[in-house]
Amino acid sequence: MKLITHNMLTSNIIKGVTKGFPLKIVAPTDKVQIVEVDFNPEFTSRMMHKLDYDALYTAAETLGHSEGLPKEVVPDFETNEEFLKKVHHVLMQIEVQEGELVCPETGRAFPIHNGIPNMLLKEDEV
Amino acid sequence: MATRIKKKQLDSALEAVEVFESPKINLEQYATPANLAGIVLFNIQSMFDDLEGKMVADLGCGCGILSIGSSLLGAECVFSMDIDRDALDICRKNISEFELNNIDIVQLDVTQIDTNSKWCKLFDTVILNPPFGTKNNPGIDMAFLKAACLLSKNAVVSFHKRATFEHVEKIAKQLGMNVDRLAKMKFDVPNMYRHHKLVMKQIDVDCFRFTPNK
Repeated sequence: MKLITHNMLTSNIIKGVTKGFPLKIVAPTDKVQIVEVDFNPEFTSRMMHKLDYDALYTAAETLGHSEGLPKEVVPDFETNEEFLKKVHHVLMQIEVQEGELVCPETGRAFPIHNGIPNMLLKEDEV
Repeated sequence: MATRIKKKQLDSALEAVEVFESPKINLEQYATPANLAGIVLFNIQSMFDDLEGKMVADLGCGCGILSIGSSLLGAECVFSMDIDRDALDICRKNISEFELNNIDIVQLDVTQIDTNSKWCKLFDTVILNPPFGTKNNPGIDMAFLKAACLLSKNAVVSFHKRATFEHVEKIAKQLGMNVDRLAKMKFDVPNMYRHHKLVMKQIDVDCFRFTPNK
């Protein structure tokens, strides 16, 4: 699971959950991998408009991979390639292989196994 | 940056994608035929620029042939979604074989995607070969199509039985989308109808492209 995916996942389909975002990532350090993905500044800049940056920063920090990433969005982010490259790294190159995503409101844990988060609910949760 | 793959290279790559070992009949699992996947993906890129540099989703991805094809054709980032763990394990292995690092997989129920989803309007292109609704799940093809239209901010490319064409047009209109038929195809699907004795049945399938009515 990449952090770009984590930034889109919510538990708000669970009955009674209002926001369900962001999900807390719980993952052992040795189950987090770094992969190389081509950097496309235009794409990253476009993504910046859709992202919840705070959630992205917190997720990276939780995984111990936030070094160099500014805590807040820089004002000139659209043209700041240095910033965009750091965002790209965190967004696309960090992959959680094993762990859990925990709902902030109910504590319900969604497992991540072999890099795939399982967001399926049981019948009584919907 | 990815180099432009030629149609021949794409075709042979897609032929190499591993398919279902034990397809689940109740989920209508079968791999989109490689040659047909190749034709559709290659053409939506060359005609409409639907893939290169784009954010793409593959709903009901199964073994991942459409996701892999999209990535090979230059998609920036692909999200592969399916309900079945076994299919997704095959998908994951395929992606690893091809050494593609820009495809992420999520196990979820596509039909539960609604307007509260953070995925809404995130994607440039959503591609799907949905279940056709022949196994006690009528309407599932339209449920998939509706989800796809919620997720995409531009194109939706989908396969539907030719027999459902009028219904497809109606749904498209309801969702405020224009629909173009891209191709008429024949799919060989295994064991689609319980009352038929045939192992494989050839069905008429159309490929449609939906875009928002601006």
